[in-house]
Amino acid sequence: MIQLEIVDPVAATGLFGYAWLMIALPALGALVLLLFGRWVEKVGPYLAVATITGSFVIAVALFLQLLAAPPESRAVAAHLYTWFSTGSWQLDVGLLVDQLSILFALLITGVGGLIHVYSLGYMAHDARKRRFFGYLNLFVAAMLTLVLADNYLVLFVGWEGVGLASYLLIGFWQHKPSAAAAAKKAFVMNRVGDLGMVLAISAMLAQFGSSAFIDVNHGAATLTGPWVTAIGLLLLLGACGKSAQVPLQAWLLDAMEGPTPVSALIHAATMVTAGVYLVVRSHAIFDLSADARLAVVIVGTVTLLAGAWIGTSKDDIKKVLAGSTMSQIGYMMLAAGIGPAGYAFAIFHLLTHGAFKANMFLGAGSVMHGMNDDVDMRRYGGLAKYLPITFWTFAMGYLAIIGFPLTSGYFSKDHIIEAAFHESALVGTLALLGAGVTAFYMTRLMLMTFGGGKRWADGVHPHESPATMTVPLIVLAALSLVAGAAMNGWIQDWLEPAAGNHPHEVELLPTPIGWLTMLVVAAGVLVGWLVFGRKQIPAVAPQGNPLAVAGRNDLFGDAINDTLVVQPVLGLSRAAVATDAKALDGFVGVITTALGGLSVGGRKVQNGYVRSYALTMVLGVLVVGAVLILGLAA
Amino acid sequence: MIDQYLYLAVILFVIGAIGVMIRRNALVAFMSVELMLNAANLALVAFAWHHASFDGQVASFFVMVVAAAEVVVGLAIIVSIYKTRRSTSVDNANLLSQ
Repeated sequence: MIQLEIVDPVAATGLFGYAWLMIALPALGALVLLLFGRWVEKVGPYLAVATITGSFVIAVALFLQLLAAPPESRAVAAHLYTWFSTGSWQLDVGLLVDQLSILFALLITGVGGLIHVYSLGYMAHDARKRRFFGYLNLFVAAMLTLVLADNYLVLFVGWEGVGLASYLLIGFWQHKPSAAAAAKKAFVMNRVGDLGMVLAISAMLAQFGSSAFIDVNHGAATLTGPWVTAIGLLLLLGACGKSAQVPLQAWLLDAMEGPTPVSALIHAATMVTAGVYLVVRSHAIFDLSADARLAVVIVGTVTLLAGAWIGTSKDDIKKVLAGSTMSQIGYMMLAAGIGPAGYAFAIFHLLTHGAFKANMFLGAGSVMHGMNDDVDMRRYGGLAKYLPITFWTFAMGYLAIIGFPLTSGYFSKDHIIEAAFHESALVGTLALLGAGVTAFYMTRLMLMTFGGGKRWADGVHPHESPATMTVPLIVLAALSLVAGAAMNGWIQDWLEPAAGNHPHEVELLPTPIGWLTMLVVAAGVLVGWLVFGRKQIPAVAPQGNPLAVAGRNDLFGDAINDTLVVQPVLGLSRAAVATDAKALDGFVGVITTALGGLSVGGRKVQNGYVRSYALTMVLGVLVVGAVLILGLAA
Repeated sequence: MIDQYLYLAVILFVIGAIGVMIRRNALVAFMSVELMLNAANLALVAFAWHHASFDGQVASFFVMVVAAAEVVVGLAIIVSIYKTRRSTSVDNANLLSQ
């Protein structure tokens, strides 16, 4: 029996009593902007920035308090109110501010705040920008609810809230049918994952009588039979939906229809990482079930390769970054599935990825802003001179994601690859292969966008973006460089009570696996330069080998979903409609026809002929007579 | 002994019933109704004779009075129908079927 180290939270005192303000401020902002918007039309966007800055300030204050506190009292539970209590059920709403959730809160409010500032510039000319900021605030409020919840039901409320905000924001340009379809697709595929979440929560309620983290953590060891694995797999299904992991990955690429700040915030830094948060938060369950962990590892490995594959063949800059996001979250899931050895690395990579991926998405938005909102990289080229700040900040993100030594991605990704090798040689090799492919397609992106000759369309005059867009880029680029080095020695010990991981020794010099990784990455960059850096990039995508065609078609994810799910469901509904029309309506029709026939027959009695009435009377008399005579005889 | 009277009464009643059902002329149908009433009278009187009491004869008087009243009303209706339709056929009076 594995002995789980479970830390019980302490009650909230002092500043922690105001932790709920972190959620309330953006929620209030969303309320004002969406319901009373017409009065705050001009000042609306600034109000949104103000609320999220307020949340960030509170998050930083709480973080400093936790840093100063002794390690055993770093988990603080703030009980807010009782949601409902009926019979033997009592469900409370409360917040848990501990080492894991405060890091997420800092990420959400910090990177979110920068993206809000960026949106001031990016969405300046949009007529509905007040609504945009309202939805952004709504998203932040929901995401904070998700990470600060102290029980799975409140987490699920936040879970659904971010799904709603994602739908509203992907389909923000609602006049575009493609955007509306993409929003619907994202929401419906998330729903499949939500099914897993609901079943898992129901199982917890059935087994423990409560879905609070404390009760689940303490009770997990008492579960018998297949329950632990079942709950683990159901939670994994929920995580797959939210984090766009295989098999529920097809919505992420379509989600790029939304404005770029949305892609940066929701589909890079925060919402898609909610699945990883869920797995790490549920470490008590996963520690006890080797099968569920294996499933997580498999999902993570398959996704990291699938995302990398897709990223190599797309010409749309945002879709390359989306494939890259899918792949990096695959790395995080892989680390989370390894178990106690990998939880901290998953969160470490999550935080650094939040910085450099948001940086690159915002950079892509800056490039699009200068190129008349064109996303096709085949019409870019040679932009380094014209968009210098964008180029240099994007380059910082590029170095981070490929794992250039001493950037943030280097520290976080290397740890994951090493942990993968400790787990199994196959998984480690695949993770290493993924790192090489990542280097390849990111180099391709850089060369197609910023290097080489100009392939611009007519009338395009690339210009640098305004300060409100470039300042966040600079901040995020700085984070991409230093965040890794800053957290490397510290994060494992910090997260140990919350995530139950076992800290490893981290040395300054790379291990043999570290050297091997650097070699593979260098090889990837070299191959990318050889293929894309030497010759002129064609204006029209070449036919490509079967691998490229598969990648260009999102690995036929849509076709697979269509065959496996959509067509059977359509067939089922057609069968239901046919049954209703023929069988049920037919059955009712038989009854009505029979009754109609009876009426037609009955109507013949009343035909106005006196003689037939006379006959009826005589027959009646005979019947009465028979009854009387036979009755008397009997 | 009484059997023969009763057989006669039954035969008269059946002839009257069939007459009502079959005959088209309203007056003849009416006559058949009278025949049925008379058959009933005969049965009543036969039973009164058989039981040596007057109950059956008194009942027979009532029937005769009712028959007379019915004839008055019925003939009045038939004559007024004949006046408007110029026909005594019961088949033609089928407006109730609409």
